Amino acid sequence: MARAVRLSIDGMHCAGCVSKVETALISVPGVTNAVVNLAERSAMVEGDAEVSALIEAVRATGRDADEIKSDADEIKKEAAEMAHYRRLLMQAAAAALVGLPMFVAGMLDILPSLDSATGQIIWLALGIITLGVMLFSGRQFYVGAFKGLIHHSATMDTLIAMGTGTAWLYSMAISIWPDAVPEVGRHVYFEAALIIIALINLGQALEMRARGRTSEAIKRLIGLQAKTARVLRDGEEIDIPIKQVGLGETVRVRPGEKIPVDGVLLEGHSNVDESMLTGEPMPVAKQAGDEVVGGAINAAGTFLYKATRIGADTVLARIISMVHQAQSSKPKIGRLVDKVAGVFVPAVLIIAVLTFLVWFNFGPEPRISFALVTMMTVLIIACPCALGLATPMSIMVGVGKAAEYGILIRNGEALECAGKLSTIVLDKTGTLTLGKPQVTDVIAFEGSEDEILRLAASLEAGSEHPLAAAVLAAANEKGLQLASVEKFEAHAGRGIRGVVEDQSLFLGNAKLMQEQGIALNANVETRLGKLAESARTPILLAAGERLLGIVAVADPIREDSREAVSRLHGLGMKVVMLTGDNRHTANAVANKLGVDDVLAEVMPADKHAKVTELQAHGEIVGMVGDGINDAAALAQADVGFAIGAGTDVAMESADVTLMRSSPMGVASAIEISRATMGNIRQNLFGAFIYNTLGIPVAAGILYPVFALLLNPIIAGAAMAMSSVTVVSNANRLRLLKLGGRR
Amino acid sequence: MTLLVNLLGLALIAVIIWWFWLSESRAAKVVGRTSLTVLVNGGVYAPDRIEVATGQPVQLTFVRKDASPCAAQVVFTDLNLSFDLTTDKATEVNLPALNPGEYPFTCQMGMYRGLIKVT
Repeated sequence: MARAVRLSIDGMHCAGCVSKVETALISVPGVTNAVVNLAERSAMVEGDAEVSALIEAVRATGRDADEIKSDADEIKKEAAEMAHYRRLLMQAAAAALVGLPMFVAGMLDILPSLDSATGQIIWLALGIITLGVMLFSGRQFYVGAFKGLIHHSATMDTLIAMGTGTAWLYSMAISIWPDAVPEVGRHVYFEAALIIIALINLGQALEMRARGRTSEAIKRLIGLQAKTARVLRDGEEIDIPIKQVGLGETVRVRPGEKIPVDGVLLEGHSNVDESMLTGEPMPVAKQAGDEVVGGAINAAGTFLYKATRIGADTVLARIISMVHQAQSSKPKIGRLVDKVAGVFVPAVLIIAVLTFLVWFNFGPEPRISFALVTMMTVLIIACPCALGLATPMSIMVGVGKAAEYGILIRNGEALECAGKLSTIVLDKTGTLTLGKPQVTDVIAFEGSEDEILRLAASLEAGSEHPLAAAVLAAANEKGLQLASVEKFEAHAGRGIRGVVEDQSLFLGNAKLMQEQGIALNANVETRLGKLAESARTPILLAAGERLLGIVAVADPIREDSREAVSRLHGLGMKVVMLTGDNRHTANAVANKLGVDDVLAEVMPADKHAKVTELQAHGEIVGMVGDGINDAAALAQADVGFAIGAGTDVAMESADVTLMRSSPMGVASAIEISRATMGNIRQNLFGAFIYNTLGIPVAAGILYPVFALLLNPIIAGAAMAMSSVTVVSNANRLRLLKLGGRR
Repeated sequence: MTLLVNLLGLALIAVIIWWFWLSESRAAKVVGRTSLTVLVNGGVYAPDRIEVATGQPVQLTFVRKDASPCAAQVVFTDLNLSFDLTTDKATEVNLPALNPGEYPFTCQMGMYRGLIKVT
């Protein structure tokens, strides 16, 4: 999709330069338009060309260029927020400075009465001063209310403007025509209008501060990005801004430095701290050929690596983008609240008018005063903000908290659903186990163990089966010389055969042996049983009709799998293990882990059907897999968890991506989900109760029985604090402690 | 006097219902062009109703003039999209071709409200 890029151009002096730069930019493939501004020394380029290509094109003309982008925006944004925060505080102070002395003087009864002409003049003067301060301190409310009105929209500004406006108008009317109301009702509300404005401004400033803290997680992620990179160009190492690093460039990283972009290590080795990205607390050893990700910290050692992903394609950039989008998304409950918020303010306006009419018709004298004060209090106490803030603030903190643990939650709905899961289906290979099978036993019935391994590995050299890699690795580790294979044949689901050194060999499971008429005696059966009991997969090797030996392979269980299963049980989950392994091996692993049920011998294509089957039995299913082989099952599950350091497919398709390759993340995600949804419910309950109790009390429902009326100033304070309370409650989620280790 | 006040009160309620719930502001039509500037100021989006033809991608340029934190983000809930808006800066929002229907866009709290109507 076409986009616009702004570049700063250095080294431009005349119209001739403009033309050259424009021509260079337009000639870059993908550029649809380029306009150079000589006065600003900048260029606006439209199209879908890479920024680095644009910069190179400008450099080719003998000038330098750089993208004008995010850093400046971020600084500008923070500066604007700080200025707004200060302005709110100043507006609050100005209103309080005039309103509070008037309030205290009123309490001490030292202000003149409206009965005398002098008193009237003083009150009128105070009214005009009040108006000036109201316009200074509350201008945004009146402008917002007016603009909303002409757009058929009623917001919190409407309520504040109408509430304080009514107070001022009524007070001015009393000051001009005191005889219009009975003496007992001659009370002016200038101080109330000012103190309400002061409190609301103060509340908004506090809310702004608290809201800033809700986005700390994403700020931390943005802060992980390195500013510069040391690249090798023409045999020299030069420091350049990270934005100028090109694909395929060689980058040097020194000890303690941040890795600037993603890439593959070429030379050197090191331990890399990826904890901020994946939640993995231990530094990860890296050597030539290993992938490194931008934002991670090089703990020790210097290395060179080749940049393979830059800009918006890096893992970190995609994490930031995903977290950002997820933080703004809403669960179903939030969408419902949006609908309520949409009709809330007009409904309050109607309630305010009805309150006025009820007091005016049925209230005690002075009816007009009671009617106006209660109407004003209803307008002031109602707080649509608390309602509107309840969901997004909690989602923002919850999704951010998850990101801190290396858990990327796609959207609000996934977050909501994760807390409701009843069954977790864990794919065995790569999720509960390391996904890297290793040879554990070699049993020789004829010849030496090394000979058995050598023949098995020679046969496996032509196989693509996952277990083949383990056999080959073991042979390689022992330095065994493999022989060539002839007449290789694969028997799907059973094993392989081939001719090695003139011997016809079979390598596979017991079924293959039986098919070839190879008898398995009691001793072999016992051995096979023992291997299966200890979750090892036996591969039998036979020459002709003679059984030569057994090579046993096992995929080691992750060290934290058992603890993860136990945590899931603690959360009330039924834990099901899914695997293509035979039932004996699967049961052995299941027993070690303590899972509730095992679905063994499931072909990859059937995983999706198994999830559907569980759902048909009323289970709300979370499926945990690697995101590639399990894509269909992950999509079918109510929540799909992709495990394994954010592979491309996983990040794009899964509801939840676990950056750290550990099933512990599933339990953590569920705990965060439950805590966040609980927090949202608290917020919504608080906001709902506040409004449903506050509005009737403000309308004077307690007056007939208790002769109690709410002071509009108290209403203003309550309104200002309700939003702050919601945001502060959401911030409590930042302190959430999870059940297990990170 | 009492009757007059009551009638005025009831009339005011009728006006509130009609103005805020039953009538709508005029929609800006994005027909024959692919972009439109939306000003974010004083608690509202202007225009707040945008009509777009089915299957037509559209670029909305949001210009935030409102310093309130409420204006800091525009969220298209049904499209699962959100964008940060920086004060006094244009933010381009590229929307794909949409199916017929109504797609609201709001601030994070749902107080600033706008609607894209695809016909």
